[in-house]
Amino acid sequence: MEALIAIAIGTLTAVGIYLMLRLRTFPVILGLTFLSYAVNIFIFVSGRLAVNAAPIIGVTEAYADPLPQALVLTAIVISFGMTAVIMIMAIGGYLEAGHDKVNMDDDTTGEDGPEART
Amino acid sequence: MSHWIIAPVVLPAMIAGLMVIAMRGDLLLQRVAGVVGVVALNAIAVGLLWSATVHGPQAYFLGDWPAPFGIVLMLDRLSALMVALLAVLALVVVLYAIGSGWDRKGAHLHPLLQFLLMGIGGAFLTGDAFNLFVFFEVLLIASYGLMIHAGGDRRTRAGIQYIAFNLVGSSLFLLALALIYAVTGTLNMADLAAKLPTLPEGDTALLRAAAVMLILVFAIKGALVPLQFWLPGTYANAPGVVAAMFAVMTKIGAYAVIRFGTLVFPPDLPATGPLLSDLILPAGLVTLALGAVGVLGATTLPRLAAFGGIASMGTAFIAISAFTPQTTTAALYYILHSTLATAAMFLVADLVTRRRAHARLTEIAPPIAQSGLIASLYLIAAVAMAGMPPLSGFIGKLLVLDAFRDQAPLIWSVVLVSSFLMILGFARAGSTLFWKPSALDAQPDEAAPEGLAFTATFGLVAGLALLTILAGPITDWLTATAQMLDAPTAYIQANRLGQGG
Repeated sequence: MEALIAIAIGTLTAVGIYLMLRLRTFPVILGLTFLSYAVNIFIFVSGRLAVNAAPIIGVTEAYADPLPQALVLTAIVISFGMTAVIMIMAIGGYLEAGHDKVNMDDDTTGEDGPEART
Repeated sequence: MSHWIIAPVVLPAMIAGLMVIAMRGDLLLQRVAGVVGVVALNAIAVGLLWSATVHGPQAYFLGDWPAPFGIVLMLDRLSALMVALLAVLALVVVLYAIGSGWDRKGAHLHPLLQFLLMGIGGAFLTGDAFNLFVFFEVLLIASYGLMIHAGGDRRTRAGIQYIAFNLVGSSLFLLALALIYAVTGTLNMADLAAKLPTLPEGDTALLRAAAVMLILVFAIKGALVPLQFWLPGTYANAPGVVAAMFAVMTKIGAYAVIRFGTLVFPPDLPATGPLLSDLILPAGLVTLALGAVGVLGATTLPRLAAFGGIASMGTAFIAISAFTPQTTTAALYYILHSTLATAAMFLVADLVTRRRAHARLTEIAPPIAQSGLIASLYLIAAVAMAGMPPLSGFIGKLLVLDAFRDQAPLIWSVVLVSSFLMILGFARAGSTLFWKPSALDAQPDEAAPEGLAFTATFGLVAGLALLTILAGPITDWLTATAQMLDAPTAYIQANRLGQGG
């Protein structure tokens, strides 16, 4: 099971990094999501893998570490919220700029436009 | 257990919530609440500074759960100092936002500022590594909103880059925390400090990987080369008043490196050894050089201020990298100075860009209104940032140079040459902005007097002057702080580990 999970984390990370380096916002956001999945599984297994073990002492013979489960819940909520924020920003940027390229063009163009001063 | 320790987190959170729920759309009420909030935060910060100085490190056990099982907030001299710095800057920024009318150009500037204060205050005060991550996210999500305040195509797109970059940083942070937890079974910083020296041999490689990932996260926050490239685009495109507030955000990276480098991964820890110093010193030197070249080559005044900020982080990280009491004293003094100086530069840049016909430094524009007053403010801010006498930047750089006498050939030459480049860059920009326009036959437009905005900017100048005049007592206090950081026994004992509260 360790090997399976390690391969899963590695694959998710690789996919995430590949997509993150793309030029358009949508693949970048997908990449960030994949990366956060990889991170979440990684946090979950930091308390060691255990089968048939409840995170409560005394219910089953062995018990699982409950803290990583609490940490991963926090991490899931936060990464979910952050993905929502960047999604809204990406839509806003697309509507205002008319394209969804991630990179900024030449640094001085537009800086005498109204948005530089307002 | 003093409940005031949690006040810098709870107070802004309550005010922000009240603003959003009860004062929606009522700018006057929001302004009053914002000013009352930051004034109260200043009073609390002074109280905490006094308490940390007199009583030493104190822990606040959230929900009264004993450490290391519950989350603790830790008040010591360093965190009290950073909260006080935050409070002073927040007061200036709120006054400037009101005086310049920035808060009228988009909704929710005041509540977002309060949420940012909550996140930063919490990050400075927490004694738990995972809680530090949570407060990082709180301050980041507020900063995303502030970054795109008043909107605009370029600002929104720069905001997307900023968010994407910080999401990667957050993922790295979580990976590092998971590794540390897997190795040690704890995330309480004092508990880590107590457990890491007895780490089994086989786990040191994992711990070193975690330490490097943590440093990368803090390097993103602190704009350390090679992770600095988000900063110029973000700060130059953010509203000027927000960029001034962000001057303290890079210092969170510096604070976290000092905290982890002295408490969790001190240089005498067998598992990591001088790993942190070896990584941070060269990065700091390159950061300083890159910032100075950026100041020389910047095309607009906000970008110039942003590169000045990068250069100051370079100097701060050089001083941090040695982790000895003397260098930490120099680093802390320089952090205090550079936060105020960078913020002053961003406010001056905002005063200029809102009046000038265009933002480019490569072309002359007609003279701006109130040119004399703004020019003198620019001169003061530039002198402070370049580290020339008589202001505190000079004392700060002197302390850094003095602390590195043994490595003088390398560090002195980088610091001094980059100071020279920055003087050149600031002087050239100043002459384009304030001298050459007088050759044009044009009259400046009438501008609103903005008394409050100027008062706020002069407040920062007064802060720099105070830092200079009181340099003696302040460095004495900072030396005591650095010595306590160097020997964190009292900090660890305040957590009452294993005593069940």
